[in-house]
Amino acid sequence: MISPLTYFTENFNLTVADIEKLLAVALSRGGDYADLYFEYAVLSNLSLEEQLIKSANRAITQGVGVRVISGERTGYAYCDEINPEAIRTAALTAAHIANSTGATTPINVTAGQHKHDLYPVAHPASEEPLERKIEMLNRADQAARAYDRRIREVQASVIDEFKVILIATSEGLLIGDVQPLVRMNVSCIADDDGNLQAGRTGGGGRAGLDIFVGQRTPDQLAINAARQAIVQLDAIEAPAGAMEVVLGPGWPGILLHEAVGHGLESDFNRKGTSAFSGLIGQKVASELCTIVDDGTIEGRRGSLNIDDEGNPTSRTVLIENGILRGYLQDHLSAKLTKAQLTGNGRRESYQCLPMPRMTNTFMLSGQDAPQDIIASVKRGLYAVNFGGGQVDITNGKFVFSGSEAYLIEDGKITAPVKGATLIGHGPTSLTKVTAVGHDLALDQGVGLCGKNGQSVPVGVGLPTIKISEMTVGGTKG
Amino acid sequence: MEITQELLSDIVSSALKRGATEAEVIALETTDFSVDVRLGEIETLEESASRGLGLRVIYEGRQASASTSDIQSKSLEKLVADAVEMARLTSVDEAAVLPSRADLAGSTEVDLQLYDETIAALPTERKIEMAKAGENAARSFDPRITNSEGARCSTTLGRMLLVTSSGFVGEYRGTHCGLMVAPIARDGEQMQVGGWGDRQRWINKLDSPEEIGHEAARRALRKLGAHKTHTQEVPIVFDAAASGELLDSFFDAVSGESVFRHASFLVGRLNEVIAAPMLTIIDDGRLQGAVGSRPFDSEGLPTRRTVVVEDGVLRSYLLNTYTARKLGLHSTANATRGLTGAPGVGATNFFIAPGKYAEDEMIASVKNGFYVTEMIGFGFNPVTGDYSRGAAGQWIENGRLTSPIEEVTIAGNFRDMLRGIEMIGNNLRFRGNLAAPSLKINKMMVSGE
Repeated sequence: MISPLTYFTENFNLTVADIEKLLAVALSRGGDYADLYFEYAVLSNLSLEEQLIKSANRAITQGVGVRVISGERTGYAYCDEINPEAIRTAALTAAHIANSTGATTPINVTAGQHKHDLYPVAHPASEEPLERKIEMLNRADQAARAYDRRIREVQASVIDEFKVILIATSEGLLIGDVQPLVRMNVSCIADDDGNLQAGRTGGGGRAGLDIFVGQRTPDQLAINAARQAIVQLDAIEAPAGAMEVVLGPGWPGILLHEAVGHGLESDFNRKGTSAFSGLIGQKVASELCTIVDDGTIEGRRGSLNIDDEGNPTSRTVLIENGILRGYLQDHLSAKLTKAQLTGNGRRESYQCLPMPRMTNTFMLSGQDAPQDIIASVKRGLYAVNFGGGQVDITNGKFVFSGSEAYLIEDGKITAPVKGATLIGHGPTSLTKVTAVGHDLALDQGVGLCGKNGQSVPVGVGLPTIKISEMTVGGTKG
Repeated sequence: MEITQELLSDIVSSALKRGATEAEVIALETTDFSVDVRLGEIETLEESASRGLGLRVIYEGRQASASTSDIQSKSLEKLVADAVEMARLTSVDEAAVLPSRADLAGSTEVDLQLYDETIAALPTERKIEMAKAGENAARSFDPRITNSEGARCSTTLGRMLLVTSSGFVGEYRGTHCGLMVAPIARDGEQMQVGGWGDRQRWINKLDSPEEIGHEAARRALRKLGAHKTHTQEVPIVFDAAASGELLDSFFDAVSGESVFRHASFLVGRLNEVIAAPMLTIIDDGRLQGAVGSRPFDSEGLPTRRTVVVEDGVLRSYLLNTYTARKLGLHSTANATRGLTGAPGVGATNFFIAPGKYAEDEMIASVKNGFYVTEMIGFGFNPVTGDYSRGAAGQWIENGRLTSPIEEVTIAGNFRDMLRGIEMIGNNLRFRGNLAAPSLKINKMMVSGE
């Protein structure tokens, strides 16, 4: 196992004393806090389409980000070269956010220990032979084509990342992490006499290639993508208007991510710009709903041993039996609002400032049997797969776009419908949750969340739930 | 180490020496600055220079690529070794070639006015002032503007170099300057944010901080009191910003990457009528001083003007060398790429040609309909053309804007929407590399209560 501290000190000829000096440079114009974020990452991508392994790519990025906080102000600069001189230049730039000329105080850092070890990986995917990944891609292609002769195109890819980070702060923290991440995607196009439809799936986590077993074998992922494309061949117009909506388990948890998750990030709430600002202790969901953000689940895509500010991740109860309990914190917001850290300070890379972000966000299981939930609906929509979603933090309006959904008529699942966007209002939509299944499932590990131009991997999860009224954006009135 | 054409040529030679049949090296150098101001105070100040190199190799018809942000000679050796080694394991793909010398003919030595020395020399204090002035203009516009997500002023200085084994050597520099303002209006319990901004290559083309701040405030204020409406099929007028989002979705359907994969509803429709006769859509990489202009694309081909839709007829897809070969067509010089991976297809300056109507006339022509000014979500399926997104704006009754509307969706199919365009506005203005005037579409389903 690689030690991040040893990795950076040995490969880049740095010492702990250098790091301490650089932190002092960052605070040389005053400033309350400074941190250094060292990153080395290898991103590999291998893809197949038209039954050819069309491309193999590998990107190596490395650099150091320097942050200086002075009151509510933040200065940030980074360098691509990892050496004391380049970091010193960045530190001097970031230091300019503060404008006193106080004497430089020496800084001492002490190597910290992890609270978690959530993704011990003996063989990171980035070190596996390409041949093994090629075999996975070919298997996916064959499985999709074997599923139905109407599958016309199959695209599959294996994308993996191997990241080593080291964080040093002026408060004395020195801690690192080695973060593997792997993902396989399959998308298919079905063609039935000119009626073309697409289906896509994926799976992954913080693991090696061994994660692709069970429901996540290349064959299973491919069959699921092919099945979705074939189902869509018979899809009828989606209904338009407000109706009962049942969401299936797993990936439909994107509802929580958009409806409440973003609105509970502490930066928006500290500034009073979120529709959830000031609602702690108030009812924002039905009492059936308990929603948590948990960065500590072993091997999950959204999990982290430490966040990108060096703090341990945790399980944070956001909504408990319908009552809003907490926000997701990063260093700056926790400090300014005197709140407990939750380990949600994340960033895309050394080029970016950390912000409060979600990890794995899901609703806990309830009591209902999923089949009873469906049987209780007279006329509604049963949605089981989704594409992306988006939210307007300030007015709380959120959308998520269905890619596989069915009509429910008289308690029975009937025809598949075309993709349609669902829209709701974060602080009130979940008050209309009238049933929660006992079948919580986390998604397969493909989520990517964007905020202020930065993307980070996340997870979501949901049991089967019923929402008594939600607007479905179909075309059939 | 400096990034020079010679350095790139050396990497190309070294890749060929290691066995590559063809090689292409791209280098990107950028200096980014941004300042965020909120409630009159600086919130963040970010400033950095970064650079990276990407190598694409073809080895007997097999393609691979590698990139690095570390340009020391040891890392560059590894870059070449990685790329060539990976290329030995991929499949032979006949369409994976670099543009030939013949394709490269044409001038890339044009002055497109891409670099504004004023932006390069702009002092930090001036950028802070611009952000403060933008936010202040929004906050002082109306007492109901009570909060702010802030304002951001950003500048980028960029340099792109490209050297290929088929003999292309080129580089260009460019600048960008942007200003964004996002004030929040409040009325009782309801809060609404309005975002507005501009991005240009030349600072003297940028809207003033006051204009941007005022428009952002107007966009926040007019959302106050918004409510849902009944589910109904009505005519829609899209303001220029919302039309731009329709155009962005349309790009996916004309991109060669979708077309060759049969992932577009426009497959096989070249030279057929796909839209109302007043619709013309153009991609032009050579507009003077425009955000999307560049002398050559990411494969070294001279950029050009491509008429994509002419009077309602689909005239061209947008293509790079790979997708053009797959479709038996010629590249339109729309190759785009970052440091890693094979080139994709990207727009240069992509726009809908302006029509003759003032937006007021378009609204006045609607008896009962929806004026859409914001859309959210990703509900466009380029394979089928199905479109369903969250929308907000104002209701139109008897030709006049009445109450604000939110938490509804609009849905239709792009095939019908393109044919259903009834009026095109005369208000075309680029605020980035993609621009559209206001559009009126005869009918779409509005889903609400």
